[in-house]
Amino acid sequence: MNMKMGHFLRRPEAGSIISLVAVVAFYVIFGGVDLVNMMGAASWVNFAANLGIVAIPVGLLMIAGELDISIGAMIPAGSMTTAVLSGHFGLPIAVGMIGAIGFGVLVGLVNGFLTVRTTVPSLIITLGTLVAAQGIVLSASVLLTGNASVALDAPGWAKFLFGQLIGGSHQIIILWWVVLAVVLAFVVHKSRFGNWIFAMGGDRVSARNAGIPTDRMTIMLFVLSATAATFVGMCQAILFNSAQVSGGMNFIFNTIVSVVVGGVLLTGGFGSVIGICFGTLTFAIVSQGIYFTDIDRNWSNLIIGVTLMIAVALNESFRKLALGAVSKTKKVTG
Amino acid sequence: MATKIPVLELQSVDKSFGPIDVLHDISLQVNEGEVLCLLGDNGAGKSTLIKTLAGVHKPTRGKILMNGQETTFATPREAAERGIATVHQFGGTFPLMSIGRSFFVGVEPTKGWGPFKVYDRKRANEIAVNAVQSFGITRIDDGDRLVGGLSGGERQALAIARAVHFGAKVLILDEPTAALGVKQAAHVLRIVNEAKRRGLAVIFITHQVMHAMAVGDHFAVLIRGAIAADFRKGERTREEITDLMAGGETMADLEVQIDSQLAAQTDHALSRA
Repeated sequence: MNMKMGHFLRRPEAGSIISLVAVVAFYVIFGGVDLVNMMGAASWVNFAANLGIVAIPVGLLMIAGELDISIGAMIPAGSMTTAVLSGHFGLPIAVGMIGAIGFGVLVGLVNGFLTVRTTVPSLIITLGTLVAAQGIVLSASVLLTGNASVALDAPGWAKFLFGQLIGGSHQIIILWWVVLAVVLAFVVHKSRFGNWIFAMGGDRVSARNAGIPTDRMTIMLFVLSATAATFVGMCQAILFNSAQVSGGMNFIFNTIVSVVVGGVLLTGGFGSVIGICFGTLTFAIVSQGIYFTDIDRNWSNLIIGVTLMIAVALNESFRKLALGAVSKTKKVTG
Repeated sequence: MATKIPVLELQSVDKSFGPIDVLHDISLQVNEGEVLCLLGDNGAGKSTLIKTLAGVHKPTRGKILMNGQETTFATPREAAERGIATVHQFGGTFPLMSIGRSFFVGVEPTKGWGPFKVYDRKRANEIAVNAVQSFGITRIDDGDRLVGGLSGGERQALAIARAVHFGAKVLILDEPTAALGVKQAAHVLRIVNEAKRRGLAVIFITHQVMHAMAVGDHFAVLIRGAIAADFRKGERTREEITDLMAGGETMADLEVQIDSQLAAQTDHALSRA
């Protein structure tokens, strides 16, 4: 049992799981939360799913040693592309969806190519594309529709797949999050591509010398994060029957907090998909679960800040533990 | 011995970066099953020389020969594919990866089929652990351990074992013992001997004369980018080599200088008091 505990603490997700338990316990003890009531609620799960779909690819980029903050603009870009094409111009919904994903691929390619072709840090590059994409979306929307908000009426099948409320409360995007998490967890932790991502974050030059196509991998990861963001935007437009130019900026910090709480090392080379998911859940429970407590919701940011710091401190010490880990499982047999 | 074709040979190699000449007229050769020690003080041009050998830099003038044939390396990767492996001072470069995973980085063994091909963790760990243990490091028995948790000597062993496993013919060791304690350094020297026994050509870069003399067959002293001395085992004493490295000035001279400086300072302090 002791051994198993030690193994658990050495995993990247240990800190996030402990943080999640601590936050829930805090709300139950000090906030008078009815646990059954909160767990059954949809608000924080919906919040987590929307955030989580973007957080996983952003976290993978961070493991590979890069950062993507342009996702803040890609979420409204995804919903606006869908709404303008299929709502304003009345094209089939499929066209709007392909447009949204296509825009994500395009911006992801730009981010990726600029990152591998220049020595500019990806934080700065994606800051540039963040602002640029915002500009494109706003001016295109005003130019094409004369408005910063566009209505959309999606057909039944699209609603069913991307904008359904299961049981009248839980967004279908939760299932998409689960699917994405399972697929990417397999890729990252089971396939050889995952090993490449960790190696790239550990030491890019050595990784390249070892024969890993680091440039192609980097570009693919940027495309993944940008399209994940436009996908979330698209789902929101289909669900709410409308799209706005604004919004999405919160996602930048929220994803970074989720990923870091989830045990990903900011400088790359360490982390896990399951950790990112737990980090996202922790964040969602802190920010949305506060409505179920007696605590004034204005305090939620303070709690998020403290959770972040505690989680990072935990992750730091568990990582030290992992580095110092000498296997005591093998008995000394002569 | 003279008829043997060296695995790797430099003929009158110069390397300059713009107007700055870093290497001047370097000729070296290293045979299989032999350790060539490159000695030199900081700034003597050792790093540039190994980068030239490893394909990072191309010589400005002169030739590189591999197995007697003139060759050029377009990239470090090409040099690596031809069997030239460089192991740096801190060994493994992926401290947060497991032993098995970092051993096979880029060439991971897989099992399964099609899109469900998975990384074969068990096999990778087994091969990596066996490879390291065959170099006498029996303390490494768990391939899941993180590289960053190994001692400096163990990391060197892992990196050398990896290079040998993937078919290195020339092993370039860049200051492998510089950051290590006495015991750890002895470990690494034993591994160097083992690599030599297996027929590798080893280029051992160091500024620790004792370590060089423990394993070297052939020595070259580098001063300000040129080879100041080239001799074989037993031809020079430790004192002579140390003197050579200090740039011709003998250590004894240096001691006298430092003493007189100290004395002058003490006099000065006394006269002020």
